[in-house]
Amino acid sequence: MAVAVRVIPCLDVDAGRVVKGVNFTDLRDAGDPVEMARVYDAEGADELTFLDVTASSSGRDTMLDVVRRTADQVFIPLTVGGGIRTTDDIDALLRAGADKTGINTAAIARPELLAEASRRFGSQCIVLSVDARKVPEGGEPTPSGWEVTTHGGRRGTGIDAVEWAARGQELGAGEILLNSMDADGTQAGFDLEMITAVRAVVDIPVIASGGAGTVEHFPPAVRAGADAVLAASVFHFGLIRIGEVKAVLRDARLEVR
Amino acid sequence: MSRIVVLDYGSGNLRSAERALQRVGADVTVTADRHAALEADGLVVPGVGAYAACMAGLRAVDGHRIIERRLAGGRPVLGICVGMQVLFELGVEWGERTEGCGQWPGTVEKLKADVLPHMGWNTLRVPTGSTLFAGLDADTRFYFVHSFGVRHWTLEESEVLRPPLVTWAHHGEDFVAAVENGALAATQFHPEKSGDAGAAVLRNWLRDVVG
Repeated sequence: MAVAVRVIPCLDVDAGRVVKGVNFTDLRDAGDPVEMARVYDAEGADELTFLDVTASSSGRDTMLDVVRRTADQVFIPLTVGGGIRTTDDIDALLRAGADKTGINTAAIARPELLAEASRRFGSQCIVLSVDARKVPEGGEPTPSGWEVTTHGGRRGTGIDAVEWAARGQELGAGEILLNSMDADGTQAGFDLEMITAVRAVVDIPVIASGGAGTVEHFPPAVRAGADAVLAASVFHFGLIRIGEVKAVLRDARLEVR
Repeated sequence: MSRIVVLDYGSGNLRSAERALQRVGADVTVTADRHAALEADGLVVPGVGAYAACMAGLRAVDGHRIIERRLAGGRPVLGICVGMQVLFELGVEWGERTEGCGQWPGTVEKLKADVLPHMGWNTLRVPTGSTLFAGLDADTRFYFVHSFGVRHWTLEESEVLRPPLVTWAHHGEDFVAAVENGALAATQFHPEKSGDAGAAVLRNWLRDVVG
């Protein structure tokens, strides 16, 4: 027996409300992240990820309250990402009840944040979130052909995505959330090539994200080297249930909870 | 209702431990107060992050002596994750050697595995007679997140002392996942993050160890 492949639903949260459409019946309030967290927990999710897409600072306090209420009711690991700038932001989230924090843009601007955060809180709660895409035509080529993006994939940085993942591990990240901006939203499957490339250069866990459309898309992502698989829309819209993903992984002789 | 203190020595997410214990019926206080920690029916020692930092934090609140005093009186203590690791003799992380509480012999060191941290839900090999895992199926999974562990159990055998029950798990190699030793118990995994399975372990501890 070995550690199970983790299946992780991700909720986009704006000012305390779930953003993307939700298609669950029997819910009192499908826009409430806490209620959604409970549903996913009951369905067998191995972890939960909240992505805070709130722009305003008042919304940040709302997020802490959401984290607090979730940690009060849901007893599986919770990762919170989005808008984290400082180690104090991380401290506030951990105290509210988050187990891990996802760092993205702030680490691109100032990579030392990863080192400072992992020293203060331990690598196990620092997830480096990498939004990557193929360098578009006319863009500055990178060694691997993939570059890190910001602003939801709209802005390229010219930073090589594979090298950045390796650097993130060196600086102290305990996990990589690898989000393919090319595959994201296509529901055409995970970017297997990119997962393989990142797996080859890091030995911390890799979460594959972006592109899940059918249950058949999940086993190849694990075979390509992902330790965990993350999806948002397909779960929220009820197109795929957590249990179905696990059944397919199990049929593929991969270990699941 | 059992009065439980979760020892607050500056380590990570304590809210989950507090809530998970409340969920199974404990009256929980999160504090570093020496008197409260000594007097509680059960003491929970959590811990995340670096061994050296946790041990320093524990010493700063006199936690190692509080544990010692409680055990001398047969009063239950439960270590979780790094809170388990610090109960052993020695921690070796990144070349730094840190003396632990020394309740059990053994060294906490980096696991040999392809992917670290060992992060996620894994199964256990539970010995017969276990109290913590009573009533749980053999393939029940618990949530782990750690890179270091106890790879060898080295307590000498005794003709007269009842041996501790050691539960093992596997990630790259075998490591100690839990120890049950009279009033002293510990888990490398996080029962407070292990859903219903974790709640069952905490319930067993409250009912049959804390009493």
